[in-house]
Amino acid sequence: MNLDIKIPIGLIFSIFGIVLTVYGLFTGSDSALYAKSLGVNVNLWTGLIMLAFGLIMLVLAQKTRKAKDNPGE
Amino acid sequence: MPAWVTGLAFISANLGALEVIGMSASGAKYGMATAHFYWIGAIPAMVFLALFMMPFYYGSKARSVPEYLKLRFDEKTRGLNAVAFALMTVLASGISMYALAALMEKLLHWPFEVSVWVSAGIVLVYTYLGGLSSAIYNEVLQFFIIIIGLFPLVFLGLKDAGGWQGMSDTLSQVAVGNGFEAGAWTTTWAHTGSTASNPLGVEWFGIILGLGFVLSFGYWCTNFLVVQRAMAANSMNAARKTPLIGALPKMFIPFLVIIPGMAAMALASKGTLALELMPDGSPNYNSVITSMLSHFYPSGILGLGLTALLASFMSGMAGNVSAFNTVFTYDIYQSYITPGRDDKHYLKVGQFATIAGVVVSVGAAYLARQFGNIMDFLQMVFSMINAPLFAVIFLGMFWKRATGHGAFWGLLLGIILALIHHGLTIPQGASPDEIIKGGWLGVVHTYPSVMAQNFWTAIIAWTSATVISVTLTLLTKQKKTREELTGLVYSLTPRIKDTDVKWYNRPVVLASIVGIMTLILTLIFW
Repeated sequence: MNLDIKIPIGLIFSIFGIVLTVYGLFTGSDSALYAKSLGVNVNLWTGLIMLAFGLIMLVLAQKTRKAKDNPGE
Repeated sequence: MPAWVTGLAFISANLGALEVIGMSASGAKYGMATAHFYWIGAIPAMVFLALFMMPFYYGSKARSVPEYLKLRFDEKTRGLNAVAFALMTVLASGISMYALAALMEKLLHWPFEVSVWVSAGIVLVYTYLGGLSSAIYNEVLQFFIIIIGLFPLVFLGLKDAGGWQGMSDTLSQVAVGNGFEAGAWTTTWAHTGSTASNPLGVEWFGIILGLGFVLSFGYWCTNFLVVQRAMAANSMNAARKTPLIGALPKMFIPFLVIIPGMAAMALASKGTLALELMPDGSPNYNSVITSMLSHFYPSGILGLGLTALLASFMSGMAGNVSAFNTVFTYDIYQSYITPGRDDKHYLKVGQFATIAGVVVSVGAAYLARQFGNIMDFLQMVFSMINAPLFAVIFLGMFWKRATGHGAFWGLLLGIILALIHHGLTIPQGASPDEIIKGGWLGVVHTYPSVMAQNFWTAIIAWTSATVISVTLTLLTKQKKTREELTGLVYSLTPRIKDTDVKWYNRPVVLASIVGIMTLILTLIFW
């Protein structure tokens, strides 16, 4: 398999991240929901971390591809 | 495959149900001392594997650990190991499958039968279609999901327990209440002076020799499930770096699984969190992680947390099934049942072996459901089979004189003597009627804990395997020639010089970094 594993990881984390972030934004005012998590909007924060990680993976995958396309550099 | 991929798969294949459920349970039951399973019980063995053993596994061009045994010793040693290993893998994957189905049953309210077959189906699809490389890719993805899914639990658990300091204060009361000194739950080495002064029930000598040497080297240096990941690397350098790259996240996994367990214990003693109870009224430690998830996670992230648990059970299953597939196909089918066919035939058999492995795992899952303590049982089997195997492989790699007869009888009698030791001893509070706990031959000695019994079973297995192998080797003739042993034995193999790679890519440099970081962590949590 010549698949770069960074691409599926990046995609999955970005998509999960966006879903969680959006869910966190929409439910942010629902203090009953976040009573469980001690008032912390864990959906929003975890979503943002996942999104950031996903994007970093995608950028790294892009770099790997470029490096393969121009082996001279 | 690059080293970072195989390195993460190396760790992830081990991060199954046994690890996540078992280590968070131990975190609650024994506290910070559970970190011994990482900092002394895993990292040193992983470094040793990378620096000293990988050159022979990877360099021998063997496809599996049993095949290495055949090249180094003889056919019968390989056969014994292959059969024992195949049994162990389907049992282990069955336990992961059981954990997965039990989780689905509890949270999604699916019937157990449906959950078992659904989870079997998922693993079957990707190991059948993609084989080892797809299992490895999935493990890397699962690794990241497990980390992100469990991390908020560490944060919330600590926050609710009043931070590390608040949690320590509460756990001091727990420790005193159980008759130990105040720090017994929050330190690793400080209270290991005698077996009675810590909840593990093991003193420093038993920890270092039993866990740090025999059990850990037995598991990490000989278990084909993890060694196979390193063998899939794309070069000798990458293969040697695999366990070292795996060691970097490994040393921080205690925080991810042990701290939620400790926090659960602290919160339960404060009355904020209700632990599930066993029928006899004692806490059901195995459900600590799911109790914590449903206590702290609101909808949304709860899905992610469950995905993380599912991912960990899946990687436990898939890793075992893919290792079973290789060992069954090459070391049992091709060697003993139908030798001499073309590769296409064996590829087909491998795919059938995957299906068969999954089906047998389903059977093991039902078995696990019948006997609540099958996890303890499996860990005991591991200690009996891995410890003599490590003795034999170690002698084989570092003593060119070691013979096939010595290895075979060392392996077999090591396992049998471990079994007898188990039959003659029992942990405190257990009854010989349970059989699995020991004492089925009559009780000669009582250990303070199951852990102590396991450690000493492993020490006895390793010592007897070593003594028997050495004695028989001296009584028998070496049938392998010098040429046959080149590349398989330390003294007959040219040293690998790493001068052609940049300094930061050298295994020795990476190993030193791993060693220093582990030492710092140990000192902080002394």
